[in-house]
Amino acid sequence: MLTENEKYRYSRHLLLDKVGEEGQKKLKAAKVLVIGAGGLGCPVLQYLTGAGVGTIGIIDFDKVDETNLQRQVLFSINDIGTNKALAAKNRLEQLNQYIHFNVYQEKLTTKNALDLFNQYDIVVDGTDNFSTRYLVSDACVKTNKPLVYGSIYKFEGQVSVLNYNNGPSYRCLFPEAPEAGSVPNCSEIGVIGVLPGLIGTKQANEVIKIILQIGEPLSGKLLMYDALQANQFTVDIQRNEEQMKIAQQIDFSSYDYDYFCGIKKSENMKEISAQELKELLAKEDIQVIDVREVHETPKVEALNAINIPLQSVPYNMDKIAKDKKVVVHCQHGVRSMHAIDFLEQNGFDNLINLTGGIVMWEN
Amino acid sequence: MILKFKYFGMIAEALNKEAEELDVDFTNVAELISYYQTQLKDINFKVAVNHSLVDLNYQLKNNDEVALLPPFAGG
Repeated sequence: MLTENEKYRYSRHLLLDKVGEEGQKKLKAAKVLVIGAGGLGCPVLQYLTGAGVGTIGIIDFDKVDETNLQRQVLFSINDIGTNKALAAKNRLEQLNQYIHFNVYQEKLTTKNALDLFNQYDIVVDGTDNFSTRYLVSDACVKTNKPLVYGSIYKFEGQVSVLNYNNGPSYRCLFPEAPEAGSVPNCSEIGVIGVLPGLIGTKQANEVIKIILQIGEPLSGKLLMYDALQANQFTVDIQRNEEQMKIAQQIDFSSYDYDYFCGIKKSENMKEISAQELKELLAKEDIQVIDVREVHETPKVEALNAINIPLQSVPYNMDKIAKDKKVVVHCQHGVRSMHAIDFLEQNGFDNLINLTGGIVMWEN
Repeated sequence: MILKFKYFGMIAEALNKEAEELDVDFTNVAELISYYQTQLKDINFKVAVNHSLVDLNYQLKNNDEVALLPPFAGG
């Protein structure tokens, strides 16, 4: 039911035949969770609140900083130092008194994600790091929630609707997390202030289309937007059942996304040079594990390596020997380090990293 | 075989161009990735041909439009 006041407030929606009173009731009944109240989260929240989405969850552990004000349009100088989720709610309540806000001043983790996602119909990704992006995507697969994805880089952005009506997930698009530190975020390399506004507004639009069941949601498509050229480039993406299964099977009670993304590393890792490995192979029976993707070259026959791509290491630990030395390698020695980090957390103490990766061996 | 390449984000920066036409001697996507791996080091990317994400066995054809898509972190 809409009250008379609500009918007046939303009258421009009610005039549209694709929205109308029925559509406005759908918006009022909808529950949307926005992860991150930053560059993307601010415009998403502003438009969802304006549109009358009845229940909006906001989760962010971070505080407003003066450097955020260049693009995070919900905040004022008086909010500096205040938790972003809370500051956003305070601003949004001024905008629309009919919305119910749930504020979570905490980090999204494997401990709280599933319970939280289960309380909402749609999840919006406004995070700024891969660790949380994979967590959000996997939690959406597990709880069967559509995910409206957005991300930005300097002057460019990506938008997609994932895990919707049997469509692809983020892992179907990018199965492998980039090596730690290889893809910088906005605080490291900068971002043009209007860009998250453009991308976040597209995300809000997708959320509203899904709620109202109108138009063509960006499901199975990745939209690339270049603000400098004002170009849009769309690519079809397919669902990959294997990747969906990986997300389903991840055990949130023990999985560590920071390890998966290579953010954490152990301090006492054993290293071996290519020359030392050649000597070791000649005198000892060892196992060699190649954690590169299956297609990556060169393959070195002399190593007789077992290929277990980094992302599938957690499910193939039984293939890794515990009774002899195991040398782990990748292309440049970074992914293998992450694999060892992860395996050492899971009881292995016989692992050695090939310093510099297969590239050093080839040299 | 002539391919029309489109580059995005860090890839466009690393190659210092957003698009180019190249006469290449590789024939599938796995070989294409190996070719770019030397120039792009550890930049992770997916390959779309004629606006559709393709797998490693995809056989490239003359005049295909090939887009190299990196993931973005920011939000």
